[in-house]
Amino acid sequence: MKVLINLAILIVIALAVIVLVVVPWPALAAVLVLFGAWMGLTRSGRQARSAARVGIATIPQRLGAAAVVVVGIAGVVGVLVAMLAMAEGFRQTLQQTGDVQTAIVLRGGATAELSSSVMRDEATLIQQLPGIARDTDDRPIMSPELVVVANVPKKSSGTDANLEIRGVGEQAFVLRPNVSIVAGRSFQPGLRELIVGKGALAQFTGLEPGSTLSLANQDWAIVGVFESNDAHESEVWGDVETVSTTYRRQGYQSVTVRLASPQTLDQFKAAIASDPRLKVEAKTTLDYYTAQSEDLTRMIRIIGIVIGAIMALGAVFGALNTMYAAVATRAREIATLRAIGFRGLPVAVSVLLETMLLALGGGILGALVAWLLFNNYTVSTLGSNFSQVVFAFKVSPVLVWDGLKWALAIGFAGGVFPAVRAARLPVTTALREL
Amino acid sequence: MKYLHLIWAALFRRKTRTVFTLLSVLAAFLLFGMLDAVRTAFTAPPSAAGVSRLFVGSRVSIIQSLPQSLLPQIQALPGVDEVTYANWFGGYYQDPKNVNVMFQIAIGPQYLDMHPEFVLPPAQRKAFDETRAGAVIGDTAARALGIKVGDRIPIRGSIFTNKDSGETTWTFDIVGIFKAAEEKQRGFENQLLFRWDYFDEGRAFGEGTVGWYIVRVSDPGESEKVAAAIDALSANSDHETSSQTEQAANLAFMKQIGDIGLIVGAIMAAVFFTLILLTGNTMAQAVRERIPELAVLKTLGFTNRSVLGLVLAESVLLVVLGGAIGLALAQVMLPGLNAASGGRVNFPPIGASTWLLGLALMVGIGLVVGVLPALRGMRLRIVDALAGR
Repeated sequence: MKVLINLAILIVIALAVIVLVVVPWPALAAVLVLFGAWMGLTRSGRQARSAARVGIATIPQRLGAAAVVVVGIAGVVGVLVAMLAMAEGFRQTLQQTGDVQTAIVLRGGATAELSSSVMRDEATLIQQLPGIARDTDDRPIMSPELVVVANVPKKSSGTDANLEIRGVGEQAFVLRPNVSIVAGRSFQPGLRELIVGKGALAQFTGLEPGSTLSLANQDWAIVGVFESNDAHESEVWGDVETVSTTYRRQGYQSVTVRLASPQTLDQFKAAIASDPRLKVEAKTTLDYYTAQSEDLTRMIRIIGIVIGAIMALGAVFGALNTMYAAVATRAREIATLRAIGFRGLPVAVSVLLETMLLALGGGILGALVAWLLFNNYTVSTLGSNFSQVVFAFKVSPVLVWDGLKWALAIGFAGGVFPAVRAARLPVTTALREL
Repeated sequence: MKYLHLIWAALFRRKTRTVFTLLSVLAAFLLFGMLDAVRTAFTAPPSAAGVSRLFVGSRVSIIQSLPQSLLPQIQALPGVDEVTYANWFGGYYQDPKNVNVMFQIAIGPQYLDMHPEFVLPPAQRKAFDETRAGAVIGDTAARALGIKVGDRIPIRGSIFTNKDSGETTWTFDIVGIFKAAEEKQRGFENQLLFRWDYFDEGRAFGEGTVGWYIVRVSDPGESEKVAAAIDALSANSDHETSSQTEQAANLAFMKQIGDIGLIVGAIMAAVFFTLILLTGNTMAQAVRERIPELAVLKTLGFTNRSVLGLVLAESVLLVVLGGAIGLALAQVMLPGLNAASGGRVNFPPIGASTWLLGLALMVGIGLVVGVLPALRGMRLRIVDALAGR
């Protein structure tokens, strides 16, 4: 019988945790309102409220044990939120780089610019295709681009890392209006001059304006700093023709165009497909950069959730210990309550409520620590062009909410068994206990 | 040792509490085992052969190629045992999503001989030497992608255009499946290796260049000298090289992915901090409710110091017991995780160094959480304790 009851409780816990994860917040809010109504309006609800008040009032007497629940859950939520914030930061940085109104043209089948090539005659054909937006001089807005990688020491480790050098066409700034020069000036076409992204400037050594960078044994002057709030900030930009001659390249690697409107993508793609001289594919930059962020984002999320789940197991056992001890030390009080007419359910609810409140405190503490330590914490990793992508952790409200849901789930899982024990306490023996 | 049964009895005086605490410790060390495996994978490349082989790449950047004319010059250097070369291919099988499941590399002659960690049955090795479009694939990648010996597979999306077809799709005949010599080298099994002649004659550009050279030195102690001699060959040319041991090259690459050691360290700090609090609370409770019993022990003639020792031993036993089970569980689970991920991750097995570090942590945490309760037990006065004051 006891085994059956325990099994039933386990199933209830599992179901509750699943519901908590799956159900959207309005449903949870409704449950909360219903619960509040029960607490305020019904007889057993009022009993639960006063029993919970007694329990919560005694927390200061067992601070050490309560801290186990709070800190244990804060640890879980802190680690979880930090890991998810890393994934979120990487995803945001790459996705902001793309939008639906610019299209990138790569060689058919290529997954990244580094493994693509677009011949010069192809680039000329592409810019004559329909669907491309035009600037004030009625020229199609497009930028043929070349990506090369240079070995430059990183500030954090002092060892060489791969810096992405992007050769861009003269309309690159019209094409990407979010790019703006924040220090110095832009590069002059035809000269060996570079502008450096804010992220690259922060992560690599020797990229300050006024210094020179050696690319393929030639000295390039760094003349300015640009800001774009996306993955381009990890790059260094120069004139595509000059980069191309320096590296003795015959063609480009990609062509990025601004579409007249998001709807003209299909027209543009159809025009590419119907021209047998073009062996290229077009997709929106949003699709391109989203695909690049997917693998790593998913990987970090899975790792974060696995680590969080193992830590959560540990925290559940900690909470169980604490709450069992709390029920044991308050056995006489609880028995007294039962003796003067409190029913089992309100007593159980009060214990559960106390655990959930401690858990919520832990969740808030953990999320707060993660936010203080890691929000906008900047790191870099190897992106799909074999070069460093700089990004910042983003502790978003959604992630904090996810963390709090985990905290509540842990509190629930750790509180139900002690709550049931409290409700089933044999009144007579408990009253006699010292 | 003669008190072991006493300590054991004290530990399991409250079974539920001890079991829950043990499970928490277990979870913490399960995590420690897995995370330390990740850290090891990223900081200590497993290959012992890695120190006797040099990786010679372009100094300018990894995407620059080197002229094949360097080969006889490197071969002629003293201290050089054998030289081969390879080139990155950068395509995918069937779906662009598979781009990180299997890496393709064109390999020069002797490459397989110089890499004894790739274990290939002799018959398949012979077939590789006899088939121009032949390729061998690592076991993990083959299973993840469902590729068998005898298959003819197209690889799309490479950097290199095929001269004959004008397309970037290349077709390979799978003639063999290789396995890593040791479990901890399973990370190599995500490669497809194919013949240089097929690659070099087929590609539309870049003929006569290689991506990198692999040089085996006759004496690993001399590898730095040989590396310097190789770099001197091309100094001040437009194809300067950078030579380092394969191990150092691997480490440099891992470092570019991110500071995994720092992330793992931060997570473990959070885990152990909460663990110390949790087990510390358990021990404090255990000692608090046993005060009269400890007083009885003292009455029987146990010295203050032996009471201190008993409590400390109890807390160390608690953490070591849970920790050892957790670490053992991690050891059992890791191969399963590797298999479940279909080759996307390859955790090396938990080695002796992880066990040693883990045991040191267990004993350390046990002592830290035991010391306050133990001091309390040591200092208690028999009269007060027995009177319940």
